[in-house]
Amino acid sequence: MADLRDLYQDVILEHSKSPRNFRELSPADHTAEGYNPLCGDRFTVYLNMEGDSIRDVSFQGAGCAISKASASMMTQVLKGKTKAEAEKIFERFHGLVTGRAPAQDAEELGKLAVFSGVSEFPVRVKCATLAWHTVHAALEGEKEATTE
Amino acid sequence: MNSPAKRVESNPQAAPSRAAHLDVEKVRADFPILRQLVYGKPLVYLDNAATSQKPRVVIDAISRYYERENSNIHRGVHYLSERATADYEAAREVVQQFLNAKSHNEIVFVRGATEGINLVASTFGRTRVGAGDEILITGMEHHSNIVPWQLLCIDKGAKLVAAPINGDGELEMDRFESLLSPRTKIVAVTQVSNALGSVNPVKQIVEMAHSRNVPVLIDGAQAVPHMKADVQALDCDFYAFSGHKVFGPTGSGVLYGKAALLDAMPPYQGGGDMISSVTFEKTTYNKPPYKFEAGTPDISGGIGLGEALKYLMNLGMENVEAHEHDVLTYATDAISSIPGVRIIGTAKEKSGVLSFIIEGVHPHDIGTILDQEGIAIRTGHHCSQPVMQRFDIPATARASFALYNTRAEADALARGIEKVTEVFA
Repeated sequence: MADLRDLYQDVILEHSKSPRNFRELSPADHTAEGYNPLCGDRFTVYLNMEGDSIRDVSFQGAGCAISKASASMMTQVLKGKTKAEAEKIFERFHGLVTGRAPAQDAEELGKLAVFSGVSEFPVRVKCATLAWHTVHAALEGEKEATTE
Repeated sequence: MNSPAKRVESNPQAAPSRAAHLDVEKVRADFPILRQLVYGKPLVYLDNAATSQKPRVVIDAISRYYERENSNIHRGVHYLSERATADYEAAREVVQQFLNAKSHNEIVFVRGATEGINLVASTFGRTRVGAGDEILITGMEHHSNIVPWQLLCIDKGAKLVAAPINGDGELEMDRFESLLSPRTKIVAVTQVSNALGSVNPVKQIVEMAHSRNVPVLIDGAQAVPHMKADVQALDCDFYAFSGHKVFGPTGSGVLYGKAALLDAMPPYQGGGDMISSVTFEKTTYNKPPYKFEAGTPDISGGIGLGEALKYLMNLGMENVEAHEHDVLTYATDAISSIPGVRIIGTAKEKSGVLSFIIEGVHPHDIGTILDQEGIAIRTGHHCSQPVMQRFDIPATARASFALYNTRAEADALARGIEKVTEVFA
């Protein structure tokens, strides 16, 4: 049986209650809205670029603890990363939460590894990846991302 | 603040006097799925507004049909076809009895309430509604009683009007009445809200509408599992419900329509069974209800639904209603005493549904934690996004009850919610 504490780790609960970079960036080079129709989670992400690098990233919106904490920690991790680096981290993160990541990936994900417990709760994978899908859409110049 | 556990101790075997006629343990034994453990804990199934569980008699009827009767209905000359036809048509008569319809010809088998409403919108609605006309619904409708009418309105240049609900989740009847205008061509209302549990005064609504010559469709999907539905007493023009929410199979459902209306309506879908004769020049349609039942139907589904309704009638809907009223009231008391819990939908008349939110906790997280306790609830907007907008919340957690739920399960729910508040403390 999956342990709830694997999912709701203290770090995750703390970020969900006090999300970082929880504000609008105005003006922003890229914005996109992410929506999970299953549970109504809705986030907007804002990105400002410097060349190919993410100079600043923030988000706003409402969602469950997992989606909000994931968005919060994502903004911390992405600052200063290039677009290609961001996509690579998303790929690893996706592998982690779906339980398909090689062990060394989890190590390289650093503090994002607290989301490994999500893999025991398949219906929550979309929560954990919503903000990431939204950043991906923003970087690709799309206005919307949906988990469906 | 008392914890639910303490409250139960102080009130150990409070006699559910109104529920004296329903032996819930005997009922539970009729539902095989309820016996299982989930994550090592007894399943507490509180997602009945999404779909209900099936009693053994329904499961057996479906198996029996496929093992001994399977064949096509209405046109076979052989033994199996005659038996299948007889059983399918007998099920129609059971539905007639369940709804107290005048005739079995007023009972159209459909895939569910959704198809029933779509049928009315695209046949009756198509001939009755024109440019500038209005269709009146309420602010607590399921998407299935919104979108079919919206499609019709787009097609015809008509307008969809929704009567508002108050902060308790009750229809504002004075507003409803004032929105009934000379342009109103159809009223479509739910009998019980799937998101809030509010029970609408549908008889009064029908009277109001009929006094202005406006026909009324009632969405009974959330009502029939919990209370007596009598279409003659209500005098409604149409009544739709889904089989799977009333202990029957998925894919089964019913549209009741008054005979005179069904007679005058154009067909829904074209195909076999809905015709009397076909040439390339002209087709003569079959009589209702067959005019609306094109193609081979879900035969075992109809037969299974008939068994489910017989099961309910044997228990007695008044006994079911009394038992559920007891459990819902008990559960409401149990969870409203937990700090941080707010119940969404506090109508005076409620049935089956207990929607709630917990301060600082998203409903999705509530659902995951309760699931780990073996408790199945629904979280989200419950296909009623306008209701969520009315209360300015993205979602709720919804515990929904059926005749087999118990006070002990309500206690388990309360303990589970306390666990949620501990995790998020």
